[in-house]
Amino acid sequence: MVIGERKPFEEIVKMLNDHKKILVLGCGGCVTVCLTGGEDAVGLLSSQLRMFREKENNSLDITEKTIERQCDPEYIEQISDILGQIDGILSLACGAGVQFVAERYPGMPVYPALNTTFVGGSKKEGYYVERCQTCGDCKLFYTGGICPIARCSKSLLNGPCGGSTNGKCEIDPQVDCAWQLIIDRLKSLNLMERYEQIIEANDWRSSRDGGPRTMIREDFQR
Amino acid sequence: MADFEPIIVAFCCHYCAYGAADLAGSMRLEYPPNIRVIRLPCTGKVTPILLLRAFEKGADGVYVAGCLEGDCHFIQGNLVAKPRVNYTRKLIQEVGLEPERLEMFNMSAAMGPRFAEVAREFTERIKTLGPSPLRKTHPTAKQEAA
Repeated sequence: MVIGERKPFEEIVKMLNDHKKILVLGCGGCVTVCLTGGEDAVGLLSSQLRMFREKENNSLDITEKTIERQCDPEYIEQISDILGQIDGILSLACGAGVQFVAERYPGMPVYPALNTTFVGGSKKEGYYVERCQTCGDCKLFYTGGICPIARCSKSLLNGPCGGSTNGKCEIDPQVDCAWQLIIDRLKSLNLMERYEQIIEANDWRSSRDGGPRTMIREDFQR
Repeated sequence: MADFEPIIVAFCCHYCAYGAADLAGSMRLEYPPNIRVIRLPCTGKVTPILLLRAFEKGADGVYVAGCLEGDCHFIQGNLVAKPRVNYTRKLIQEVGLEPERLEMFNMSAAMGPRFAEVAREFTERIKTLGPSPLRKTHPTAKQEAA
């Protein structure tokens, strides 16, 4: 899932300085799962904002709503009837959601309440880790299901480097050396011949180097 | 400020603090009338939004009273509540309220005197801090009378 982290409260307050009536819009997708953008998070942030503005004698009228996903036009449509009552939208979605809402409603300012941080998963409840950098050319076959692009600090395709000590990365003793993990796993799977293969230099055009990406399913085009 | 009577909301677990409050009453122990007790099936029911709502509605102080650690009727409800209360303290600090306005206490149902003591101590603490800046929109009967 896409992991988002809430922006510092002061930053959010600053963005809304000139607004009187806003919609705090939650997203029922990834950010609900990582506990930062769902219905609960909308309630918490709205309550905080109301209290802050009340304290400043500058009350803020807040409409709270959470839609299924903010990255899908059919769900974004569901807020069209609220638009007349508000002068701005504070979106608790990832960057994609914020942009989709902004694109759909050109006359309405849309602000992000989250910093979109990474693609990952939950190690345990409330603890999220990065696992994918969406490079567009998956190498997990060669590396035993452990991604060297996302998890090696240098994104080395043939590792480890000299900074690997006792299975940890030189950038931080808390960070696992991805290549140590890869080797350990390939050994346990008895697949060390895959480690012997040199992975060729990556074609980064499938990543961000090729500009914004699209994915089109022809069978769904009309 | 001397005649300031705080509004304090106490979220009390049915199996301990609520029993302790009952016992305090049976023992004829005096404690300040500022405490509004809300009974919960377990402090594990407490969520940050519940605590924020109390402040938003004008409470000057809020506390959560659960079972002694290790003695939760639902095994670990009080251990679930503890980090949530700590997290909410940060949230109210962001808003500009003192984090000391929110606290978690642990007690057993047999600790009636402790319930009264907590009520007294917490009321004193909130009296020292003064009224919540959000209180102005929710004046108390006393302020209205004044």
